[in-house]
Amino acid sequence: MARIISILVGLFFTVALLWSFGNGAYLAITEPAPATAEEEFHKHPKDVSFASDGPFGKFDRQQLQRGFQVYKEVCSACHSLRLVAFRDLQALGYSEPEVKAIAAGFQVPGIDPVTGEDALRPGMPTDYFPKPFANDVAARAANNNAIPPDLSLMTKARHDGSRYVYSLLTGYQAQPAELLKEFPDAKTPAGLHYNPYFANLNLAMAPPLSGEGQVSYEDGTKPTVDQMAKDIAAFLTWTAEPKLEKRKQTGWPVIGFLLFATVLGYMSYRTIWADKKKKKKV
Amino acid sequence: MAEEAITESPDTVAGDGVRRRDFINIAAVSAAGVAGVAVLVPLISQMAPSADVLAASSTEVDISAIQPGQAIKAVFRNQPVFVRNLTPKEIAAANAVDISSLRDPQTLEERTLAGKENWLITMGVCTHLGCVPLGAGEGENKGEFGGYFCPCHGSAYDTAARIRKGPAPKNLEVPEYAFTSETVVKIG
Amino acid sequence: MSFPWAKHYTPTHPFMQWMDEKLPLPRLVYNSVGSGYPVPRNLNYFWNFGFLAMACLMLQIVTGIVLAMHYAANQAVAFTSVEHIMRDVNWGWMLRYAHANGASAFFVVIYIHIFRGLFYGSYKAPREMVWLLGVVIFLLMMATAFMGYVLPWGQMSFWGAKVITGLFGAFPVVGEGIQQWLLGGFAPDNAALNRFFSLHYLLPFVIVGVVVLHIWALHIPGSNNPTGVEVKSESDTVPFFPYYIAKDGWFIGAAALVYCVFVFFMPNALGHPDNYIPANSMSTPALIVPEWYFWPFYAILRAFTSDFFIIPAKLMGVLAMFSAILVWFFLPWLDRSPVRSSAYRPLYRKFFWFGLIPAVLLLGYCGGAHAAEPYLMLSQIGAFYYFAHFLIILPIVSAIERPDPLPFSITEAVLGSDDNALLGTAEGSPHDTPAPAA
Repeated sequence: MARIISILVGLFFTVALLWSFGNGAYLAITEPAPATAEEEFHKHPKDVSFASDGPFGKFDRQQLQRGFQVYKEVCSACHSLRLVAFRDLQALGYSEPEVKAIAAGFQVPGIDPVTGEDALRPGMPTDYFPKPFANDVAARAANNNAIPPDLSLMTKARHDGSRYVYSLLTGYQAQPAELLKEFPDAKTPAGLHYNPYFANLNLAMAPPLSGEGQVSYEDGTKPTVDQMAKDIAAFLTWTAEPKLEKRKQTGWPVIGFLLFATVLGYMSYRTIWADKKKKKKV
Repeated sequence: MAEEAITESPDTVAGDGVRRRDFINIAAVSAAGVAGVAVLVPLISQMAPSADVLAASSTEVDISAIQPGQAIKAVFRNQPVFVRNLTPKEIAAANAVDISSLRDPQTLEERTLAGKENWLITMGVCTHLGCVPLGAGEGENKGEFGGYFCPCHGSAYDTAARIRKGPAPKNLEVPEYAFTSETVVKIG
Repeated sequence: MSFPWAKHYTPTHPFMQWMDEKLPLPRLVYNSVGSGYPVPRNLNYFWNFGFLAMACLMLQIVTGIVLAMHYAANQAVAFTSVEHIMRDVNWGWMLRYAHANGASAFFVVIYIHIFRGLFYGSYKAPREMVWLLGVVIFLLMMATAFMGYVLPWGQMSFWGAKVITGLFGAFPVVGEGIQQWLLGGFAPDNAALNRFFSLHYLLPFVIVGVVVLHIWALHIPGSNNPTGVEVKSESDTVPFFPYYIAKDGWFIGAAALVYCVFVFFMPNALGHPDNYIPANSMSTPALIVPEWYFWPFYAILRAFTSDFFIIPAKLMGVLAMFSAILVWFFLPWLDRSPVRSSAYRPLYRKFFWFGLIPAVLLLGYCGGAHAAEPYLMLSQIGAFYYFAHFLIILPIVSAIERPDPLPFSITEAVLGSDDNALLGTAEGSPHDTPAPAA
């Protein structure tokens, strides 16, 4: 009886699945899903390497400082960095007075100490990077109806994030002729910009790194678009995971000790079992 | 545990074999112990103040608006700090006290910075059980010694914020501070 | 329980004698994971995963408790409080990565543990109760993991909560009411986040309770073994301590190595980038998928794309997904073969290796992919076999199969001969006789 019920229940599910499969197969043949421009023209991030890559990766602090400069002079006009505090910048190799000076260079929201009204005051090391827009509505209004996302976690919030940021910043181009030929409806709308590294190919952000020398690096590095893109990508890798270096550095001794302990444990296991592991007498 | 493992093993032989087995088992159990202790380190230290809390552990106070005889409460480590501009009369009163009669003997000089004796900067935390004493605000009860008075258990402090009466064991604590300019004090 | 030859706890130290009289905790330990618990001597490494699962549960509870000291279950600050843990709390990054990857580790271990039970017939009499409690633990784990994933309040958290509670909306009449009751609103918000946090903290301790029952039930008949032949004599067993403590001990080190590679060198490999975007109720991520350990079940949910007679496709999917686990509750009675271990079941073994395992892997693969062809058709094939395997093939195969001859005893299987058996000290058990039924 149990068997019969079981087989009946089994038939219920399997027949329902066959029915779905049949319908799906019929549709797949009669109305195959049309190809989309995104599928054919979206590209995976370019292969570029960073000092922080790999199990021994460490941040290149000089590069992080350059990346910070790019953020400050270019990105921060539209993008917030709300999870990063000025005090965190000491990790980039800035001294305490330098961090203080950097913080003081930003105006953060505060109150007027006399009237108590909203006012701006110079930043302190404990403050977080101020937002460029007061709220989402203001952000939309100023940016062609698109909200510039916060950048603190950007490299963790996208697949292959560091490379994605670099590729996106260096990936602006004219829409390929083949794309327009194949998908005439997919023409980049006015106000958007074609970029094959962006998920739906057209993004609202105009190319932010417009040409060489947009920032002037103090360390003498040549500020090409490629260099600036790499530097900001490295900086955003740090903002997304400031503890990356410590994580990898902690990992090695942990792995080393575990290897040692496991080998010891295995030897102990073999000794204890020695008398039980006799060969088969056959 | 390891020794027991050996006695449990029926094939134990005398001599070097025993010592070698013993050693491996003890080493393995010790390694597990070391690992266990190592794991405790992050589990315990996560409760210590985090980086943002530590970073907020210094504060700068603008003292330009404090007239003699007035005091303000500033926030330092999420606790009140009293910054008081002593009048010459209050300074005189504090210096007139016989130090040897105090529970926690200190002179006003020892509790202020040289050349800035009128600036009495103390934690606003009663050394008894941590209440905030009265006396910094305008019109508050300053207690019978004209300094601060803790309403919780009746500790009274004098004009140098020294304990004079009540259960508190110590004078109000003087935090580490420095004048970064004529009008700004950095506490912590 | 015990076998007659199990060693008895005899405290020698006066304190231990005193303790034994007042609270015989050392005796309990001795008899359950000590020298007083005889275990089959031929267990292979698949039998390490029960102990390992216990270690994972402890790891999750310990890291979870310390994370809860810093986490704030409020829709406005939950995401930021997790980032505060990652950035500012001492060792916070490690604790959080350990907890997130610990969930994955726990499921890897549990899936291997379940695989072991399925292959070696550990669900069969006399261990049905062990199996049933195990399925309960698995269901509790799924609920706990799901609610834990909601807590960081990222995009995947939010949309996962919405989609999974939406499952209940599939039930006719009461569905929508249940969904709103679960969420405490019309969409996931503060009410949902707070109750998920409360339950995420509570359920692990419920799991601990059921684990105690699971182990208790296991200690009545004792462990199954790779031959599936019941223990017959003392030479078939070794005491848990030191033999299996040593084996479990070193294996935990090996497992911890793999786990630490993930925690320290690829902590986000098993996660989804979208969960590093704060929850946004106005925009759905392009691809909503649960964590990898739910993929096979998620694929079954999505495999039902057409209405079946009067049953809407959505309800079919939900019914099938729940049934995919509920069917495990009936497993001891669906599989009537007297032989436990698939090693001695030539026909069933073929269905197991070439049917069930590929089907589950296929479902897992499709569950993590876009809900589009060919993944839907592939998951339909996988789900078709999954249900056919448990509900149709298993009852029939167990009736018609002719098993291979079983070894006389565990000792014979290990040593090639069983001296005790020759001396006639062994007692047969009715479960061990391979009987071709039907």
